[in-house]
Amino acid sequence: MAESGNPLPQAASEAYYLRFRDDVPADEPAVSLDSFFEQPNAVSVRIEAGDDPERLIPHLSRVTLVEVDFPKFRDGRGFSTARILREAGYTGEIKATGDVLVDLVYFMRRCGFDSFAPDVAIDPAVLEDALSRYPYVYQHAADDAVPIWQLRHPELANG
Amino acid sequence: MYKYDHYDQAMVDARVADFRDQTRRRIAGQMTDDQFKPLRLKNGLYLQLHAYMLRIAIPYGTLDSRQLRKLAHIARTYDRGYGHFTTRQNLQFHWIKLEQAPDILAELAEVEMHCIQTSGESIRNISADHYAGAAADEIMDPRPWAEMLRQMTSFHPEFSYLPRKFKICVIAAEEDRAAMRWHDFGLRIVKNEAGEVGFEVYPGGGMGRTPFIAYKSADFVPQHQIFSYLQAVLRVWNRHARRDNIHKQRMKILVHELGEEEFTRQVEEAFEHILRLGTDFPQAEYDRIAAYFEPPAFETGLRDEIDRSDPDFAVWLDQNVAAHKAPGYAIANISLKPIRGIGGDITAEQMEVVADLAERYSFDELRVAHTQNLVLPHVRKQDLYAVWQALRGAGLADANLDLVTDIIACPGLDYCSLANARSIPVAQKIAERFADPARQHDLGELKIKISGCINACGHHHAGHIGILGVDRKGTENYQLLLGGSGDEHTTQAKITGPGFDEDGIVDAVERAVEHYRTIRESGERFIDTYRRVGMDGFKEAIYG
Ligand code: HEM
Ligand code: SF4
Repeated sequence: MAESGNPLPQAASEAYYLRFRDDVPADEPAVSLDSFFEQPNAVSVRIEAGDDPERLIPHLSRVTLVEVDFPKFRDGRGFSTARILREAGYTGEIKATGDVLVDLVYFMRRCGFDSFAPDVAIDPAVLEDALSRYPYVYQHAADDAVPIWQLRHPELANG
Repeated sequence: MYKYDHYDQAMVDARVADFRDQTRRRIAGQMTDDQFKPLRLKNGLYLQLHAYMLRIAIPYGTLDSRQLRKLAHIARTYDRGYGHFTTRQNLQFHWIKLEQAPDILAELAEVEMHCIQTSGESIRNISADHYAGAAADEIMDPRPWAEMLRQMTSFHPEFSYLPRKFKICVIAAEEDRAAMRWHDFGLRIVKNEAGEVGFEVYPGGGMGRTPFIAYKSADFVPQHQIFSYLQAVLRVWNRHARRDNIHKQRMKILVHELGEEEFTRQVEEAFEHILRLGTDFPQAEYDRIAAYFEPPAFETGLRDEIDRSDPDFAVWLDQNVAAHKAPGYAIANISLKPIRGIGGDITAEQMEVVADLAERYSFDELRVAHTQNLVLPHVRKQDLYAVWQALRGAGLADANLDLVTDIIACPGLDYCSLANARSIPVAQKIAERFADPARQHDLGELKIKISGCINACGHHHAGHIGILGVDRKGTENYQLLLGGSGDEHTTQAKITGPGFDEDGIVDAVERAVEHYRTIRESGERFIDTYRRVGMDGFKEAIYG
């Protein structure tokens, strides 16, 4: 994952777009999963909450952007979608769209999301607090945070 | 007992700061209650009929005296001087002010307690056998695993916005004292022929409006793969559960719709994949946690005889005291079901008495049972009389454990905004009807469970006798159910027939109980007789 430490919104279009990557954003609009399979040149794809992300796995090498939609913030399917893509080795952009509230962003980052284009803009001050609040994590995820159990056992670090 | 290190403490402190900030934003009007709701629910804060209710996690039902004294202090300072133990080994305060909730969390954090994931669509507090570490029949203490899973499921990024709540229970004995198969994810620790430790796994249980008993999906998951297996189950559910109808989003519904075989197949596929990611914890971390649960330094050479010359004490001894694995020790149960009380309620003063007893007589440990009673797990037999006297002085010596008056009842219409009917007064009327100690003892083990609506917080599906409040043309009405159980032969109770009004239901219970008394064979409990003869005879006795 390309990381930039600077979580300030950057304007890809008029709309709010928060990006944690240094590479150039894809400039083609994401197409639906079905259209993606019909268009061999498509590199941006949109996964709706009910779609099966595993269908995309054989084609990941040509993908640069995956948009994952959150129709309601309560609908957490997208968290698993992002993890499945990262676990399959995908390193391109994963963008969360839809009803993305500030309190979800921290968990989304851990699941592998690296950009955010929610329906409603996020207050940067509140976001900064939310992202820096928890000093540790208890478990492995798609980020490179080291879980507490591993910190407790530095002797295990090198195998 | 587990002790936080600076990592655990930092996480709980961070949550306090988090919640303080969220509450401040809410009070300042920067958030609507709609936006605040999912956040406060991640901290166990519900809005009820009269006030806010705060649910405090008591992981695997284990507490020490310092923690219980803190709960007493909170009851006095922020509530009305009492608290309520729940059927999931938690404690609730029912009269909380929103602006004080962050201060309560801060007080709890001082004694290594929290409200994280005690409500909302999250992985809830993990329950366990309340006799863990003391029971004569367990193969090991299940609590190190429960603590391990507590940590691994805290703030889990993929599973913080689940379709619905998710409840885990861990036991390690043949006898099930924790209603394990009524949970979304039940675990029984077993040993295989090679003597290795692993888990039998039971997913898909739950009560509520569509009850299901968990089925067995695996006979033996090796111990250090259990977190991978849990994540596989959660991932299958998180991806495939319905999201369009809140009442159909529990995992039990998905298991039912896919079928057990297909659900198991999908879990196994995900399990194989997740195992390869290497997210399980190592033996060294298990050892670190397990060291906190080493048995206390039991004295040896203690006498097993108990002086039974006080007859009231002897009754309590026979009913409320259970076998311990160490010679000379016993498990003492404290009933929170006085005949005219509210089941599970306890005053601040009583909490302090129990805290003193735990400190003085039970290696500073106590437990909360899912039956809403308390347990002193490690009492020397020679101290039982002194313990009983102190309990009696505090109004805590009811000798009715597992008897007809040891009733589970949900808060019902007296507190709950979802209720159809009152539960507490029905429980009290039944308890009064059967108050005579000789009658209770003659009837033996009999578990009555009462819910004020189909959400089943009072476990009526699992009652030997269950009572369900329904709304019939605007008046409170009660259905009677028979034959449920949360033990190792878990069964779901069945409705007997047409419902009753409040007095009618008490009479109906009495007719069912008297029918049992007439036809029981020697040594049979109510549930045994019901299982032998079935519903028909009972129906006739009840409806005439
Ligand atoms: C007073 C306010 C309460 C409200 C509004 C409430 C609400 C609910 C609801 C809506 C459900 C159904 C969840 C589902 O089916 O997915 C439920 C289930 C449950 N509640 Fe409560 N509850 C309350 C108090 C309690 C108390 C005090 C206890 C413990 C004594 C409790 C224990 C449970 C249990 C054990 C279940 C069943 C879990 C299952 O389905 O497996 N609740 N509650
Ligand atoms: S069973 Fe119904 S009435 Fe009773 S506490 Fe639960 S939601 Fe309320």
